[in-house]
Amino acid sequence: MATETLVRMANQIATFFHSMPEAERAPGVATHINKFWEPRMRAQLFELIDQGGASLDPLVLEAAEQIRRPERVDAR
Amino acid sequence: MTLIQETDYGTPASRATETVTLTVDGFAVTVPAGTSIMRAAVEAGIEIPKLCATDMLDAFGSCRLCLVEIEGRNGTPSSCTTPVAEGLVVRTQTERLKKLRRGVMELYISDHPLDCLTCAANGDCELQDQAGVVGLRAVRYGYDGDNHVFPTTRDGADNFKYMAKDESNPYFAYDPSKCIVCSRCVRACEEVQGTFALTIEGRGFGSRVSAGMHESFLNSDCVSCGACVQACPTGTLMEKSVYEIGTPDRSVVTTCAYCGVGCNFKAELRGDELVRMVPYKDGKANRGHSCVKGRFAFGYASHPDRILNPMVRDKVTDPWREVSWDEAFAHVAERFTAIQAQHGVASIGGITSSRCTNEETYLVQKLIRQGFRNNNVDTCARVCHSPTGYGLGQTYGTSAGTQDFDSVEHTDVVIVIGANPTDGHPVFASRLKKRLRKGARLIVVDPRRTDIVRSAHIEADYHLPLTPGTNVAVITALAHVIVMEGLYDEAFIRERCDWDEFQDYVDFVSDLRHSPEALESVTGVDADLIRGAARLYATGGNGAIYYGLGVTEHSQGSTTVMAIANLAMLTGNIGRPGVGVNPLRGQNNVQGACDMGSFPHELPGYRHVSGDEVRDVYEEIWGVPISSEPGLRIPNMLDAAVEGTFKGIYIQGEDILQSDPNTHHVQAGLAAMDCVVVHDLFLNETANYAHVFLPGSTFLEKDGTFTNAERRINRVREVIAPRNGLADWEVTQRLAQAMGLDWSYAHPTEIMDEIARTTPTFTGVSYDLLDEVGSVQWPCNEKAPLGTPVMHIDQFVRGKGRFIRTEYVATDERTGPRFPLLLTTGRILSQYNVGAQTRRTANVIWHEQDILEIHPHDAEQRGIEEGDLVTLTSRAGETTLKATLTDRVSPGVVYTTFHHPDTQANVITTDFSDWATNCPEYKVTAVQVARAAHRSEWQEEYSEHAELSRRIIEREPIHGD
Repeated sequence: MATETLVRMANQIATFFHSMPEAERAPGVATHINKFWEPRMRAQLFELIDQGGASLDPLVLEAAEQIRRPERVDAR
Repeated sequence: MTLIQETDYGTPASRATETVTLTVDGFAVTVPAGTSIMRAAVEAGIEIPKLCATDMLDAFGSCRLCLVEIEGRNGTPSSCTTPVAEGLVVRTQTERLKKLRRGVMELYISDHPLDCLTCAANGDCELQDQAGVVGLRAVRYGYDGDNHVFPTTRDGADNFKYMAKDESNPYFAYDPSKCIVCSRCVRACEEVQGTFALTIEGRGFGSRVSAGMHESFLNSDCVSCGACVQACPTGTLMEKSVYEIGTPDRSVVTTCAYCGVGCNFKAELRGDELVRMVPYKDGKANRGHSCVKGRFAFGYASHPDRILNPMVRDKVTDPWREVSWDEAFAHVAERFTAIQAQHGVASIGGITSSRCTNEETYLVQKLIRQGFRNNNVDTCARVCHSPTGYGLGQTYGTSAGTQDFDSVEHTDVVIVIGANPTDGHPVFASRLKKRLRKGARLIVVDPRRTDIVRSAHIEADYHLPLTPGTNVAVITALAHVIVMEGLYDEAFIRERCDWDEFQDYVDFVSDLRHSPEALESVTGVDADLIRGAARLYATGGNGAIYYGLGVTEHSQGSTTVMAIANLAMLTGNIGRPGVGVNPLRGQNNVQGACDMGSFPHELPGYRHVSGDEVRDVYEEIWGVPISSEPGLRIPNMLDAAVEGTFKGIYIQGEDILQSDPNTHHVQAGLAAMDCVVVHDLFLNETANYAHVFLPGSTFLEKDGTFTNAERRINRVREVIAPRNGLADWEVTQRLAQAMGLDWSYAHPTEIMDEIARTTPTFTGVSYDLLDEVGSVQWPCNEKAPLGTPVMHIDQFVRGKGRFIRTEYVATDERTGPRFPLLLTTGRILSQYNVGAQTRRTANVIWHEQDILEIHPHDAEQRGIEEGDLVTLTSRAGETTLKATLTDRVSPGVVYTTFHHPDTQANVITTDFSDWATNCPEYKVTAVQVARAAHRSEWQEEYSEHAELSRRIIEREPIHGD
């Protein structure tokens, strides 16, 4: 998927959780991505995060350690 | 099989709980107080002659045929207008009554043609029946005098009382010469449909039914719902199909395949020729009413465009080659297996159809999970109500509307948000309007002044004409007013919701940035309107919210659904008749497709694939491991296809190229795949990019169930044999078998049994139960053996209701100097979704093309006049269409429908989407509008390409095939 689209989607999720109480923010983002993002999308997200994730909302980076890193991606 | 004749009780049922006992012709009968004598007599097994009475309408008392004698009372009152009373002694058949009735009937017949043998209503005419019932044997008056029957008088002069037949409506004819002026059609138009298009013109003997001000039916306000035709006791208003074919001789009760209301119909046939669809009075969603689509627009089933043979081609630039079913299935199995071998298990997937049955969608997701071994399954709910699933799941614990449609009869204040029920859900709209005419109050939140805002005898108390994209701001402002003014229902919240979360929500919503005044500049809605609407909803009695795609199809769609859920909890409007949160579902089986596990993250019954327990259930009966990872959603599939990791797709009954946003992107995704399999009725737009076409069957040609917006599981019954040879569930089964799966369903009832066995909310559902009780609303299980009309009665499905903060965030789609207007999209009564069905019926007479609505102010600035061809441009693309000038839209907002492929409104829409579900933001696109000299280059190219991709090489018939 286009990096731009992926970044926009991740940041949109972060934007929603920004308004939540502090303790729910990062876990909220991570749970959402774990529940709804297919491994290919999460792998691509981690590529960005591993490169520093400059374009990502800081909340996404904060949530990263709670996001499941795909073990292997079948379709690649 | 016989023709089902429903009992006509003459007048509506009384709702009273106390009963009275009377005797009719010596038989004692006990009925609810307020029942008419006519209805009580039917209960006692005695039919009193009648013409102007029917139980769909209030008593009128004009025909004077239903007279009775009551002991101790004077005269001969009409039994339809006289209520029962304790101890009444009624006689329905006396010498005096017989004489009176015969005299009345003689007068009727003296101004009615005697062409019964050649009349379209022959055998289906109450006038004919009643003439027989009263024993009319002669008419003494003759036709020499004034009459409405003959075009000329006996001496050859014009008869000015005669009116010619009106055949302007494509589906029914009005023959004034046969009218007995019983007013049933006029009353049906008012009471049942609520359009008030018909009236009685003239006085006395000159009285005649008239559409509007003596207009033709087509040019009047008539919406062609068919209620008048159904109500007419003579051949005056009659389906043209009955003129052409004759009367039907058998009927099958089934469910409409258009919108999410899910009306029940009697399909009336002669042999295997469908004569007409008549709304079924026992249908619990529609209660005997219908709209122009379900009632009349079924001609697509026999349209010459239907594809009846499977077809394949190597390249999408090749012409189609007809093949046998076996060859088609083997081809798909071979291609899909090869793709997976080369590109991995996750490189293929599928889309289930919200137009197919529960059983069929269940099979498609099963094929993908059991056969493809991944979760790459999605459904068109992705692009309509996926935010409903997410939002209501988060707040209440399940993804469904909380009420049944009957609930609206107990509602005092209705909020309609982002829905246009008179066009999109017309039969529900009629039920809503009926309640509004009886005094319920109405709040409409919509950028357009839709018909529900103001039409005959309906006027919204508040219309909040918000700027598209600001739903969250408006609804949070409503909550702000309710909290700040102390109008919330503390007792309800303390008992039913999480109190700490409520406190947190109060802190959030009390902030002045959520006040209507602070948000006025964002929402464009006058703060006083918001305050007034909030007070009305919070204090006006039972408050019910109905919403549509104007809520969900936004970047903040899911947040809006949560905001709506908050609002209902805040005011205690959950858990009893008359209240609730009610998503109006777009397609006939969107609810069902979601229930059946069509989403890539959940198995049937909304259970996430990561749950070991639910996977165990299916792994045991399917015998394969199920992936615990969520699969790709439709837009993700297209992204992955462009990227080269997604290569094959099986699309059941869904036209993503026309219905999904950003057409260019969908095209690119489809074009990048190696094997696109389209399973549909017609060579739809998506099929232009397909390699295999599997012909589908219509809802008339198969057994199954649809689940409507009320969670009501309705039976779909095979009315005629599948014209393509296989019902859709058989197509999927044969494909699964070709891929090596061991499936052997003999009938859809066995599929439903598997669903019931594995899904806790469906355990009580079976075809036997549905045949017995008609329909049930899930949950239907040990706790609720006959289903659940109202949800969350004592507690929410998730336990405590959860308040969630709903911060307004502006969409990234902004207007600016290049694109200064906001486009919002919607639909129209006569057309349905992408129009694949309705464009292939006479409904096109009402809507031949998509039209752009633009405010006169914006039009004038651009030199646009009524009917001009205009270019509509956004960041995503450009198209042309004709413009109409109207103040239904505010300045700065333009609107169009997406029913026609050559307009392709989705060339314009962007790929912005809901943050939680990727539901596309159809309802907000920044655009520019300008006068155009000719159609866009893209449209020309598209038409050319579509024509090329639809070439077919017919197959020689093979012996024994």
